[in-house]
Amino acid sequence: MSAAAATMPAAGAGTWTRVARYGVLFGAIAIYLCIVGIVPTFNTRPLIAGLLSLGQASLYLTMIAAGYLATSRVPTSGPVQAILVGAVVGGITGTFPSLLVLAGAAVDLRAVLPHASPELYTVLTASLGTSGFWVPLASGVVLGALAGSLATLPLVAQRPLSRGLVMLLVFGLFAGVLRTPMLANFMEPVARFLFAPEGLTVIGAVLIFGVTVVSVIAQRQLRVRERVDALPASTRRRLRVPLLLLLAVVVLTIPIGLGSFFAQVIAIVTLYVLMGFGLNITLGLAGLLDLGFVAFFAVGAYTVGLMTSTGEFGLLGWPWWAAAPFGVLFAMAVGAFLGLPILGIRGDYLAIATLGFGEIIRILAGSDLLKPWLGGPQGILNIPKPIEVPPDHLLAGPNQIYYIALVCAAFIAFVAWRLRGSRLGRAWMAMREDEDVAEALGVNLVQTKLLAYMLGAAFAGLGGAIFAGLVGAMFGSSISLFVSINVAALLIVGGMGSNPGVIVGAIFLIGVPELFREFSAYRFLFYGVALIAMMLYKPEGLLPSGITRRELHKPEELELVAGDTTVSEAGSS
Amino acid sequence: MNATVIERITDIAIVGFLWAFRIVVILVVVVGSFLTLAGGKFAFETWVDLIGDGIALGSIYALIALGYTMVYGILRMINFAHGEIFMAGAFGGYFAAVALAQAGILNANPLASLLSIGIMMLVGAAVSVVLALGVERVAYRPLRNAPRLVPLISAIGASFFLQYTFRGIFGPGIYAYPEVTVLAESVPIPILNMRWVDVLVIVAAVVMMAGLYLFVMRTRIGTAIRAVSEDRGAAALMGIDANRAIVVTFVIGAAMAGAAGVLFVLMFRQVYFFSGFLPGIKAFTAAVLGGIGNVPGAMLGGLFLGLVESVGPTLFLTGLEVPSPNQLKDVIAFTMLVLILVFRPSGILGERIGRSRA
Amino acid sequence: MALLTATGVTKRFGGLTAVRNLLFEIEPGSIVSVIGPNGAGKTTFFNCISGFFQIEEGEIVFDGVPIHRLRPDKIARLGIARTYQNIRLFPTMTAFENIMVGEHRHLHATWLGAVLRTRKTRDEESEAMEAARRLLTFVGLRGRGDFLAGKLPYGDQRRLEVARALASKPRLLLLDEPTAGMNLAESQQMTAFIRRLRDELGITILLIEHRMRVVMGISERITVLDYGEKIAEGSPHEIQTNARVIEAYLGRGGADDAAAGRAASTAGERS
Repeated sequence: MSAAAATMPAAGAGTWTRVARYGVLFGAIAIYLCIVGIVPTFNTRPLIAGLLSLGQASLYLTMIAAGYLATSRVPTSGPVQAILVGAVVGGITGTFPSLLVLAGAAVDLRAVLPHASPELYTVLTASLGTSGFWVPLASGVVLGALAGSLATLPLVAQRPLSRGLVMLLVFGLFAGVLRTPMLANFMEPVARFLFAPEGLTVIGAVLIFGVTVVSVIAQRQLRVRERVDALPASTRRRLRVPLLLLLAVVVLTIPIGLGSFFAQVIAIVTLYVLMGFGLNITLGLAGLLDLGFVAFFAVGAYTVGLMTSTGEFGLLGWPWWAAAPFGVLFAMAVGAFLGLPILGIRGDYLAIATLGFGEIIRILAGSDLLKPWLGGPQGILNIPKPIEVPPDHLLAGPNQIYYIALVCAAFIAFVAWRLRGSRLGRAWMAMREDEDVAEALGVNLVQTKLLAYMLGAAFAGLGGAIFAGLVGAMFGSSISLFVSINVAALLIVGGMGSNPGVIVGAIFLIGVPELFREFSAYRFLFYGVALIAMMLYKPEGLLPSGITRRELHKPEELELVAGDTTVSEAGSS
Repeated sequence: MNATVIERITDIAIVGFLWAFRIVVILVVVVGSFLTLAGGKFAFETWVDLIGDGIALGSIYALIALGYTMVYGILRMINFAHGEIFMAGAFGGYFAAVALAQAGILNANPLASLLSIGIMMLVGAAVSVVLALGVERVAYRPLRNAPRLVPLISAIGASFFLQYTFRGIFGPGIYAYPEVTVLAESVPIPILNMRWVDVLVIVAAVVMMAGLYLFVMRTRIGTAIRAVSEDRGAAALMGIDANRAIVVTFVIGAAMAGAAGVLFVLMFRQVYFFSGFLPGIKAFTAAVLGGIGNVPGAMLGGLFLGLVESVGPTLFLTGLEVPSPNQLKDVIAFTMLVLILVFRPSGILGERIGRSRA
Repeated sequence: MALLTATGVTKRFGGLTAVRNLLFEIEPGSIVSVIGPNGAGKTTFFNCISGFFQIEEGEIVFDGVPIHRLRPDKIARLGIARTYQNIRLFPTMTAFENIMVGEHRHLHATWLGAVLRTRKTRDEESEAMEAARRLLTFVGLRGRGDFLAGKLPYGDQRRLEVARALASKPRLLLLDEPTAGMNLAESQQMTAFIRRLRDELGITILLIEHRMRVVMGISERITVLDYGEKIAEGSPHEIQTNARVIEAYLGRGGADDAAAGRAASTAGERS
């Protein structure tokens, strides 16, 4: 990057217009962060205790991004000019919040923008009050210049620094999450050293940044990546088994010793992974955009609720294990019932139709019409947990749900894997790619779609059944379009048709927001941005299935069969 | 079981189910209405009231539906974020209303009220247009040639983003519109049983729709929009700037939605960040009902949907002894959506999507 | 008895009549071409045969079975397969998988069998894989089975599409412009290959082509369409000398190609 910058022609007037445009864009983003409430609300969460809050960090990151992007994208005649560009862009970005402070001093904006409050101004002006209006501008200039200088460095030098910054952010965000469990065991002194009650300690921050930088440099110096790639396939294969075993051990022991809050989060994540695997069959393999997934979830949950509840609406008082299969079967039946009429509809219209079904079921479930059977808005209560254990047992509380969900998810993944390599799986994929051609090759579209839809419904029902066991109750309000969209988002962000992608998606889209419940108001804001960003830059997902497949079928595993039918002259090329 | 046997069963099952749906729907509608009317529980005025509300509501749906249908016509994509554009207009109008109320203009006299409403609608439309242009530029334009799923998901993302931006800025609370006193008064014609607000909504909607119709049919840019909707490539070959046509389409759709947002809030007096979701889906239903891509169809569809939603629960469901029928009015709307998509995706007046075969 | 008979077939799109009152027959084991200027209705006719379009009037009968009201998958199962003008492979699936989708109608594994991996399913899958390998070799793509279809070079994609069509063991094969985008040598290879399909596998071939050399060299009978109507039908020689055809279609450059094709067809008859 810097080499290219050095050979670029000197900047002209056009360059400065572009610089100005970057500045305005990021300035608008900065104002957005202020008025939408991210800066003031996130200010309560320290990144580095006593020094830097999350809210401030968001603003500073905007300025850094502005400086970095502008410097990388705009031709400059040398590092000095690059730094200047960065400073200018950062300055323009910073001007916007500064102007906001001044405007706020003149007029009380809260009538229109409730977040234009004293708290916001305190953050922006570093507690200096209106006379500190220059603070954002100045920080913009400084940070922009720093970012600009970062951009002029060769990529090799950039990487450790940027990785260091990322790690700083990650650890700062997760400090609270990591600290609590660590305090409970032998890692306590480490925890106290690195982490303040919320966020990193200053020393912790410096340490983490330094360690990351050093390790990235070391990785490169020691050529770790090349050495790993150079390992012969046989060694890699031999390593695979112990690595998988290690992974299995970790997965099986996660909930132990992490406390009930995390166990709950992990249970929910696993539940979503389970449903994601299910939707991966309907959407990932067969390409049916089912946005009414939650309807089958509801059927499974209500079936289990009705059959097991010891409360008012329970019908049979059966144990969970007896009721769950019925939940699955019933969901599958409803899937067939709903699917038959609508599977002839194409593309996005199918999405809307399934969405309609989901909403119909949601409203009906909570309605007065069905209240005598389904409990209306109060729902069905007193659903017992699958396994009755004393409170201290390993399987108490959400843990048993975690393990049940884990086993079920593994089962679904297994089924999906087997199906994918089968006649049905190929028919699904063909249908997904080109429905008309698949039909012309003899694929019965409706039947094939129906199977995918029903299987997806069955697994959604399983998710619902497990959910009922987890929560112990089922309300109409638990059924929402958001559940369907959540599961679909897992696939979209993780990579459609890719089960590892679903896991990644679940960790980021379900796990992380659950850990940061205090910011739940902004969760869907980030969702929306994430969806748009994914579609713009990486529509195939973070971990698309092609990668995993290609990794699993390396060319050396191709067999050449001898003694084939005669190869005629015309046939070979 | 033999594969062919399964196939034959599935084929029969499909035909059977489709017929069963048709019959159930017809039964509910016919028997329910009959029982309700025979039961004589509701006075004539009540029905007139409901019909009036239905037409007013339907006019609003029609205005929003126009945005969906025009964008679909020109880009073949469902603008999922359109409901939020509508909501944004409502919010914009809110602040104009508050300002006008504080200046004492809003309720000074009927003429001032009318002018104020006009200003509110303009402000609402302006806010909507700005947002729509932003969304088009950032979330839709780069994805114009992507496979169908991608812009749809981007649109869903844009919808979330707008909803929660508004929530972030304005909070989750409900904002109550300042009252425009003259609107609450009843129209002096006794049989009509309407308030002035209903009349306003209907008249405003009719005027805007007539304006749109003339625009699309008579002006150059309107013709350009129709051309690009039919065949983007051919239109480009004729020298039409497709980008400009698309942008204008978004502007018009957003302006109508924004104005509709103001009208909606004048009718229902409340707005909050989630206000756009249900009207958005219902307006989409209306667009599909009338034939997606078909402008007069969207108007018809909107009116029809508004009437069914307003009159339907009382008419169909009270006779069948359904408790709290109004809870289910959204179910009626969604059921209509599914029915249309299953039985007549081309809508009442419109184009063919999807196919049904032997 | 003719393998495929189309009588009075008419297909309309709104105000446009794409195919008008078409009478058409193919004898089993023959190679027949349909030619005509662009927009003459050739691909539309193919789409009517394969069931993608529903015809407004007329009848299409395949081996005694009326197929014009059938769904495309049922028509495929009767033994008709096709390739497409713009190649329509399944791009994210491997070559093997593409071909095995072609075998769909001959495989009988159920989804339960797939999950449980019963012996029957396993055997069927390995047989299907073997068959796919044989087909790949037959079309000259040996060893490319694990390549993603979308990443193959153009010529290979065409061959793969043919292999996929052959996988369904059709009795009638519709080829829509099989030599599009090929150079002279490649199209000669393709011509010989098409002849092999009929000679070795006994498949009846119906061809849409623009390359007169190929058409004249390989066809036993040629049908000429123009504006949806049949304007001529006959042997290559008859078509080449038909004034109306020449006027509608061949023109000057075409006449030279026709002459070369005549030479090729005589050479073909000798070998």
